[in-house]
Amino acid sequence: MTEQILHDSIFIMPGILIPLLPLIGFLINGLFGKYIPKALASWLATLVILGSFICSVFVFMNLDAAGSVTIDLFQWIAFSKVNIGFSFLIDPLTVVMLLVITGIGFLIHLYSIGYMHDDEGVTRFFTYLNLFIFFMLLLVMGSNYLVMFIGWEGVGLCSYLLIGFWFKNDAYNNAAKKAFVMNRIGDLGFLLGMFFILFNFGTLEYGAVASQAAMMTPNSMLLVSITLLLFVGAMGKSAQLPLYTWLPDAMAGPTPVSALIHAATMVTAGIYMVVRSNVLFAMAPHTLDVILVVGVATSVFAAVIGLMQNDIKKVLAYSTVSQLGLMFAALGLGAFSSGMFHVVTHAFFKACLFLGSGSVIHALHGEQDIRKMGGLKKLIPVTYLTFIIASFAISGFPLLSGFFSKDEILAHAFEQNKLIWGILSISSMITAFYMFRLVYLTFFGTFRGTDETKKHIHESPLTITIPLIVLCLLSIVGGVLGLPSVFHATHLFGTYLSSVTEPSKAFLHEHEALSHSSEIMLMSFAGLAAIAAIVFAYQKYVKKGEQPADEASLTGLNKWISNKFYVDELYDKVVVKPMLVLSDLFMVVVDKLIIDLAVNAVAWAVGITGRATRLIQTGNTGFYIFAMVLSMVVLFVIRLLA
Amino acid sequence: MMITLLLLGFPLLASLLVLAAGNKLASKLALVLSIGQLAITTYAYCVYKQHGAEAFYFFHEWISNPKISLHFGLDGLSFLMVALTNFLTPLIILSAFNRTIERAAGYFSLILLMQFALNGVFMSMDGMLYYIFWELALIPIYFIALRWGGPNRVPVTLKFFIYTLAGSLLMLFGFIMLYWYNPNQSFDIRDLYNASICACKQGWLFWTFFLAFAIKIPIVPFHTWQADTYKEAPTQGTMLLSGIMLKMGTYSLLRWLLPILPSGVAEWGPLAITLCVVGIVYASIIAIMQKDLKKLLAYSSVAHVGLISAGIFALNMQGFQGSVVQMLAHGVNVIGLFFCADIIFNRTNTLDIDSLGGIRNLAPKFNTLFMVVVLGSVALPLTNGFIGEFLLLFGVYEYNTWLSVFAGLTIILGAVYMLRMFQRTMLGNVNEHITSFPDLKWNEKIVLGVIAGVIILLGIYPKPVFDIAEPALQLILGKSIGK
Repeated sequence: MTEQILHDSIFIMPGILIPLLPLIGFLINGLFGKYIPKALASWLATLVILGSFICSVFVFMNLDAAGSVTIDLFQWIAFSKVNIGFSFLIDPLTVVMLLVITGIGFLIHLYSIGYMHDDEGVTRFFTYLNLFIFFMLLLVMGSNYLVMFIGWEGVGLCSYLLIGFWFKNDAYNNAAKKAFVMNRIGDLGFLLGMFFILFNFGTLEYGAVASQAAMMTPNSMLLVSITLLLFVGAMGKSAQLPLYTWLPDAMAGPTPVSALIHAATMVTAGIYMVVRSNVLFAMAPHTLDVILVVGVATSVFAAVIGLMQNDIKKVLAYSTVSQLGLMFAALGLGAFSSGMFHVVTHAFFKACLFLGSGSVIHALHGEQDIRKMGGLKKLIPVTYLTFIIASFAISGFPLLSGFFSKDEILAHAFEQNKLIWGILSISSMITAFYMFRLVYLTFFGTFRGTDETKKHIHESPLTITIPLIVLCLLSIVGGVLGLPSVFHATHLFGTYLSSVTEPSKAFLHEHEALSHSSEIMLMSFAGLAAIAAIVFAYQKYVKKGEQPADEASLTGLNKWISNKFYVDELYDKVVVKPMLVLSDLFMVVVDKLIIDLAVNAVAWAVGITGRATRLIQTGNTGFYIFAMVLSMVVLFVIRLLA
Repeated sequence: MMITLLLLGFPLLASLLVLAAGNKLASKLALVLSIGQLAITTYAYCVYKQHGAEAFYFFHEWISNPKISLHFGLDGLSFLMVALTNFLTPLIILSAFNRTIERAAGYFSLILLMQFALNGVFMSMDGMLYYIFWELALIPIYFIALRWGGPNRVPVTLKFFIYTLAGSLLMLFGFIMLYWYNPNQSFDIRDLYNASICACKQGWLFWTFFLAFAIKIPIVPFHTWQADTYKEAPTQGTMLLSGIMLKMGTYSLLRWLLPILPSGVAEWGPLAITLCVVGIVYASIIAIMQKDLKKLLAYSSVAHVGLISAGIFALNMQGFQGSVVQMLAHGVNVIGLFFCADIIFNRTNTLDIDSLGGIRNLAPKFNTLFMVVVLGSVALPLTNGFIGEFLLLFGVYEYNTWLSVFAGLTIILGAVYMLRMFQRTMLGNVNEHITSFPDLKWNEKIVLGVIAGVIILLGIYPKPVFDIAEPALQLILGKSIGK
């Protein structure tokens, strides 16, 4: 026992330092940024994240795969009935997230030094970025739902601040506000879910909640309500149907933000939350079905929209929504560790893609329209090479990281439901197609911009290309973490997470594991499908040299897809406009015309009564005596009658 | 005992001194004296920590028939309200620095008189004494609004005065009936708490008190005096009204309504909490389209205090604790918000949101502090507003799940109207109406800096507030649910 405590105590220092370092970076740059040279401020912000990463690695090296450490800081909301501590829990799931957040976070900070170099608000940018990392770390380190919620809303704030980073542009400000408000809709679900948990279980600590839930009847009303409400929170943060429309708009932020927040880390918080609560969700199969349907629908829906987008970042944004849908589909199938595995590989290649797109935009001085690109292959070779490899990875090209993580999810789908497997396979093919449509239109063919722009195209500096190369390498080899059993290797990732996902296994339906031969067949099919989609895109955009059609000339289904199925317009008509009308209506009709008129009417009635009775006060003694006698007579009469 | 009198009497003395000091010295003297009162409050906290509420017990016979006595006391609940009052008053006074104020002696003297009356309201433990202070508080704010207010001040102030006075008279009537109905025939709070008045009478007695408080808080639909009054009153008047005075209403629900008339609350509480929750959503929706900055803040305030009242009527510990934290948080935040509005008006001469915009370009420090206050107001975790809203909504949840879903809309709508307001005033390109916008002056930096500090501190470590409030709230809760 004492040995255990002694062992745990080595985690306290790094455990606290991990979130503290970014906080310190935020405070120094936030409070004294004015007095610090810009270059120093950016390096300071980057190095604190490196510090956090080193601490995370230390924790990873020392923590047993089955171990977990709790660090209690102080009592937060605590009185007679409620006791919620400010404490951290470090277990394998947390460690995975820590490594992704601080590792990729560090690379993206490094990248930003080059990318944001000329921006006047560079110190402010790094201040926000540090704050984001701090909140993201709180999100994954909290030992209870409320600390998770701090991080949950905190990253929402940072997302708001960074989407609206260029605050002079009102379109960006609108996008920022939209992101915050839409996330808040989800957050209400999360909040209510916490109320259900706190009221029924008397605690918000993960472990205690899970062990109490494990003793209840599966699919009970309570568990289904809790998990559905939590999932509403996840839908907002992880941009699932119907709360996804903020994410494409969030591309208004600087590109490193899109890479870090809106692809690699923050948007995966919903997945983390579900995996963290895997016992609750496994006990509520009805909710898992809902998640499966939402995930699959989002995956296809967003992929289809991705087919017709012409803004390089928008294509990647819809691809993110689609990939998140795939991860939720995995969770819906009860394959929690597979979902997490895809979170990790997706973080690698999607960060690489976004940073690569940033490098392209940087080279073209802000141009984001792929119709004005083309032929960049030779001009920015490092960007090209890393981008195309990451595109192969996301498309599921054999043996790259995305291939293994996707294949695992598809295999689970095949075991349980062939229809789901079919839809997800189609969605994967669409992904491969539009990703290579993007690659070919950007890097192949001839340049379609102005000569003036072409003259200035140059490869990005080292701080930009180094993160690209590192992320590209990770996208290639990341699959090693989770080799399927056909390869006669242990699934490192799944084994590492097993202490977290094990407790829910008992409540999930056992499905017969696929035989090796059918697994190989599935993998070959998926690989061939991806290659076919890539070849098809090559035929279309390189061989035939097709260009995206002008938006105005589109008709029918294409027009609908190009306009994102008019979902934004629908929300505007159904929710936003009526709300504004209601606001005016309440003000003008209810407040002014009904309530205030009633109040004034009372005052008016009192006034009239006063004026009327004043007339009686004539000063005529005779009238007073008359009134007195009359009153007495009336009183007598009443008395006699009564 | 002495500390009680000192705490109560010092602001009155300060008010007279400031009046005598003349216009030139008034503001500085008022600031020093109000800081003195804050120091006394800090000392009172130490006494409270050491000896508890008993150390503040003060009792003196005053009038024998009807029996009215000078009974003052300070339990945890009262202490927190007194602390809020005495913490905010120096900030309110400091916020008037660097502004031209005519007849300054009268102005600052009235602010301190207001402080005296508010301290009295929160410390009185005799119903009639409490009523006297309650009415006394109306007089300085009436004159502040009437003499130093905006162009439309006369009818607006009159409406405010008569509306609240009408409510107060109902309460006076209620107190007189309580006097007759309780076996000891007194106004003393101990007698009233133990009176066990017949449930048949509690129903209508509930309304005499509830209406008085509902007008003061205000709870929809008794709120129509508020937006105009906030708009017309001078900034310090608006701060006193919204920051402290409306807490008289919510405090009184806890102190004078729930524990004395539990059967009345059992009968009418469901209606009251429904009104509160409807009011939250109603006022939030109205706030979205407001064009005047002060009016927008006024409606947001209606929404916030609606939630505080709902938490109180939820009749459970988390609702009570949430209401106390949120009273403090709302007091601090709303003063910060109205001060930001004042800073904008001071430089641009307008509060019309459409004529503003882009201020962030010109005043980055102001932008940062304004943002922090806005975040406190939209209840972001690690700000004071979150602690309050979380507990209040949880309290309402325990009362009724569906009601909490409806009340919870406030976290969405609050973000909508606050961020919309912030975007239109601060972000974007500089509006052509704005010629120059100097960043914060020294006094503005201090006021907003202190407010921002408290917003975050209370959000991270609210436990001392829970600890102070707990025993008093336990007692009140026990009485309110008839245990």
